[in-house]
Amino acid sequence: MRFTTLLKNPADWMQGHGPHSEIVMTSRIRLARNLRGWSFPGWSSERQRVELLKEVRPVVAGLPEMKEGFNEEYIGLSKTKKQVLVERHLVSREHAARSTGCAVLIDRRQSLAIMVNEEDHLRMQGIRAGLDLRMAHELINRVDSELENTLPYAFDQRLGYLTACPTNVGTGMRASVMLHLPALVLTDQIKQVMNAVSKIGLAVRGLYGEGTEALGNLFQVSNQHTLGETEMELISRIEGVAEHIVQAETHAREKLVHEGPTMLHDQVGRAYATLRFAHLLNSKEALNHLSLLRLGADMDLVQECDRSLLDMMLLAIQPAHLQLAAERDLSPEERDARRAEITRQMLKSVPEPLNVTQGNAGSSATPPESDDE
Amino acid sequence: MKCDSCDQEASVFLTQIVDGKMTQVNLCDKCSKEKGVTDPTGFQLADFLLGTAAQKKSKAIAKEDDSLACPECGFTRAHLKKIGRMGCPECYHTFADDLDNMLRAMHKGTRHVGKVPGKQSPANITINVKRRINELKEAIDLAVEEERYEDAARLRDEMREVETASK
Ligand SMILES: [Zn+2]
Ligand SMILES: [Zn+2]
Repeated sequence: MRFTTLLKNPADWMQGHGPHSEIVMTSRIRLARNLRGWSFPGWSSERQRVELLKEVRPVVAGLPEMKEGFNEEYIGLSKTKKQVLVERHLVSREHAARSTGCAVLIDRRQSLAIMVNEEDHLRMQGIRAGLDLRMAHELINRVDSELENTLPYAFDQRLGYLTACPTNVGTGMRASVMLHLPALVLTDQIKQVMNAVSKIGLAVRGLYGEGTEALGNLFQVSNQHTLGETEMELISRIEGVAEHIVQAETHAREKLVHEGPTMLHDQVGRAYATLRFAHLLNSKEALNHLSLLRLGADMDLVQECDRSLLDMMLLAIQPAHLQLAAERDLSPEERDARRAEITRQMLKSVPEPLNVTQGNAGSSATPPESDDE
Repeated sequence: MKCDSCDQEASVFLTQIVDGKMTQVNLCDKCSKEKGVTDPTGFQLADFLLGTAAQKKSKAIAKEDDSLACPECGFTRAHLKKIGRMGCPECYHTFADDLDNMLRAMHKGTRHVGKVPGKQSPANITINVKRRINELKEAIDLAVEEERYEDAARLRDEMREVETASK
């Protein structure tokens, strides 16, 4: 499969409707695997990495799952193209920064991605829409079992799968769910939720943005430990926590409708207006407005705005996607202009959000304080 | 909260990002000064963890120990302290003593209890298949209820596949 084909076909997870997909965007399982008798990529010479790639790549490409898939060495990929793969969550930022001896293989449905010579010899992930870690695990576990028939994995009876960093040793597994939590943010409950989650050995972080800032209200929950628990124990724990967060977000959305319908309509309306009519949009603004538009669509305040359109927009506005479309590097100002052009264009087919009148907004709604008088 | 190094009451709480993950270290006043925590850039978590491990073992062993090298790949203890990573799979045996404390601080246990290559026991497989079929049945019901008929059809195919594969 060529790069252009990969880009044209939306990933499986963008089309699917997995469980709780209005709040859980994706479920991912990543496995780290290494080969016995070879130094880890961070400590090996370039020659060794090239040699390992030569050994491993045909085996991975020969998997039935990888038939007619995408299979590229990094020396053949431009910086922008690699960055596009990062923005699609198919390769890691660290991997994209490397070149010689590195490659990525992606299946046709974009639900499997295998990086060669990342921090570990193999980093492979299974991706599913919605809350479906078990299926994501099944996908990647099958691949892992097929590969271990041919590749001599570095495995220790006591420590499990040996990885470059001791934080991954054992199962070598990182399970993560990507959650869209605008109502928990709007109702100021997100900190509580994040604190509770981090207390039980799971990590929470914003998907975009630095530090505590979570642009687009997107959060990722994943396991911290990889040793001392089975894959299923880890997965069950994250699934249980994700279910709780989904419930909390659902309640928060109900609360918004009942206690602050005018505020909610205002937020959604402003988001729509900005994305539909702005001529300059920076990343932060675009991500945050897209989040509120998604909330509006989830709550049927915005019609004819389905998940796949929003997912496409979320990708199209990212820097590398913009540069790839422009076929050249763009300055930040140029990106802001093109970003706005895209959202204006893509929202043409979406009618303006439903309006709320004071009559049917419910008597509980207090009118906003006004400076008019 | 106790100090991670000496069991006195901790007063310095430090969160470090290691391998993209947050790790917390709690230290008392005295230890934080000894470790140079006041200069956050000069402080390495791996260093600290390894440091305590080494101290506990023997205070007499000093710097020459840092030259301990993996026979397979030449990676040394000094490297390990500096970057917190291993050079090759064999390093796990070479630096087993250092690792023990490191792993204790990082994980839930120190023994692997997950997947073992080539050892998927037949009993496990049967249980997994049964569970999978039940999950699929539920998913199909939900899909029908929500009128997602394409999804239901896809799931039904998947269930047939699982059923035939297990026979
Ligand atoms: Zn102390
Ligand atoms: Zn070694």
